[in-house]
Amino acid sequence: MRNILTIARKELKTYFTSPIAYIVLAIGGVIFGFFFYSALAFFVQRGMEMEMYGRGTPMNVNEYVVRPLLLNLSVISLFLVPMITMRLYAEEKRSGTIELLLTSPVRDLELVLGKLLAAFLLFGGLLLVALINLSLLFFFGNADWKPLLAGLLGLALLGTAFLSLGMLLSTFTSNQIVAGSLTFGLFLMLWVADWVSSYSGTTVGQVASYISVTTHIENFAKGVIDLRDVVYYLSVIFLGVFLTHRSLESLRWRS
Amino acid sequence: MIQVEGLSKRYGRTLAVDNITFGAGRGEILGFLGPNGAGKTTTMRVLTCFLPPTSGTARVAGYDVLAQPLEVKRRTGYLPELPPLYPEMRVAEYLAFVGRIKGVVKQKLAARVSDVIEKCALKEVRTTLLGRLSRGYRQRVGLAQAIIHEPQILVLDEPTAGLDPKQIIETRGLIKGLGGDHTIILSSHILSEVQATCQRVIIINAGRLVAVDTPENLTARLQGHATVYLQAEGPAEQVREKLERVAGVVAVKPHGPPDGRPAFEIEVAKGRDVRAELARAVVHGGWPLLELRTMGLSLEEIFLQLTREEQEASPVEDAPKGKQKEAVQ
Ligand SMILES: Nc1ncnc2c1ncn2[C@@H]1O[C@H](COP(=O)(O)OP(=O)(O)OP(=O)(O)O)[C@@H](O)[C@H]1O
Ligand SMILES: [Mg+2]
Repeated sequence: MRNILTIARKELKTYFTSPIAYIVLAIGGVIFGFFFYSALAFFVQRGMEMEMYGRGTPMNVNEYVVRPLLLNLSVISLFLVPMITMRLYAEEKRSGTIELLLTSPVRDLELVLGKLLAAFLLFGGLLLVALINLSLLFFFGNADWKPLLAGLLGLALLGTAFLSLGMLLSTFTSNQIVAGSLTFGLFLMLWVADWVSSYSGTTVGQVASYISVTTHIENFAKGVIDLRDVVYYLSVIFLGVFLTHRSLESLRWRS
Repeated sequence: MIQVEGLSKRYGRTLAVDNITFGAGRGEILGFLGPNGAGKTTTMRVLTCFLPPTSGTARVAGYDVLAQPLEVKRRTGYLPELPPLYPEMRVAEYLAFVGRIKGVVKQKLAARVSDVIEKCALKEVRTTLLGRLSRGYRQRVGLAQAIIHEPQILVLDEPTAGLDPKQIIETRGLIKGLGGDHTIILSSHILSEVQATCQRVIIINAGRLVAVDTPENLTARLQGHATVYLQAEGPAEQVREKLERVAGVVAVKPHGPPDGRPAFEIEVAKGRDVRAELARAVVHGGWPLLELRTMGLSLEEIFLQLTREEQEASPVEDAPKGKQKEAVQ
């Protein structure tokens, strides 16, 4: 446990001394802020129109602002997670520091979990930036916080799933750019799987829909915590961690 | 402390280490000598549990590297060929990090860090970013991280590479000082370096063990074969004949294409210094002596010498050594 924290601390330190953490947070914050602003502007405009014509049911902030924003956030993560994970192992392999880590009395699993924890904390920073934006809705509006919490839980799960896959791909190469590109490509494919599912109603569609990392966020965004979605994300996380662990092992046997 | 038996390591098709057996006792400093690509780094990586052996066993501090790697790692300090540094960390901070992952307890950590900073003369760079350190300082930080957890066994891959002469001497002193209670394995290309620090030397070439001996015995064994380089002005054949007649000279070979003046490599019998006689012979013949010096044996020559010696001792040998013999002649 102590080792996990030591590794995580070191990784976080690296994130914040290299500009990566700031870049990720800044890009995430700006893009999310933009989405937030437009969602809110749209909402306010529609609300005023409705008042003027005096028809229709009152609009719900959660449904019209929070939910689309949470979905936006899942797409933003798609782009930012590769930036977070690409250096995790690739850089250690390039600089030879992997030799220090693998000859220290640290279990491979502790190493993997420590790195994942650090990546998760940085991702959590991203969620925090989003949350600060969203908190305005509580000060000045009448948003319901329960669906928001469900949505954030979903995003945390989705983010960790993404992170664990990105971490896995980072073990395959000693070049950060290659690791990042592979990760981004994989995420794009998983995202596209979502579209395929909406075109074909067949088994292929169902499978694609189940595989797609992003479809599972929809229930969370509505405020519904479905066990199937939780299980899905947990299994992706588990798979990522497991395969990263194996990949580290084979790193020794292959090299 | 260290027992290696029949160790082999194969990278795909290349056999980097071929059936090596050796051992080291407590407090011993063992030198690993070999040319580039000999398999020194590979052997050290197996000992530090970075790479698993292809076959054979390695036991460190009584623990098998495959069966109980954590126990081995706890007791081993390792300075890899390239010091494993994080460029964005500062020296003291890095040493504290390494201390933590090597299992130094919290209460002792600060003391250990200042101790190794002291030992490796890193005071003035305590808060420098590792990425900004010069080559020699990187090497020193590498050495500091290897000893931070007071390991019983130290594996140092070319510890003095990149250091200035003063630092080389200091590092050798440091290593010798550690030798008392640590078992140390260090690798090097340089015979004199190993001579200066080690109690026993292992020579490997192309993955094979060539010799295991004390530095003194090794030098004695090799000294007999010293060659003398001589250049004189005069007719080549006559000079040669004259030189061959000097007592103690085994063979006289022409050395390279001379620039009109003949030059020779003179092989001298074991344990004799005939330079004075050689000089006298040339001068006596009435030819001006231009140059006379003993030729130091290069590492390559030492290997060839040792492999040749081995074959002379046991003429029936397996194929690879036969090849080496061809290369010699
Ligand atoms: N990762 C690797 N993959 C494939 N072959 C390798 C690998 N590492 C080393 N080798 C090969 O194994 C052999 C032994 O290499 P090793 O690095 O152990 O030599 P060395 O004695 O440390 O040499 P040097 O003095 O140059 O450091 C070499 O032929 C090398 O090409
Ligand atoms: Mg080497």
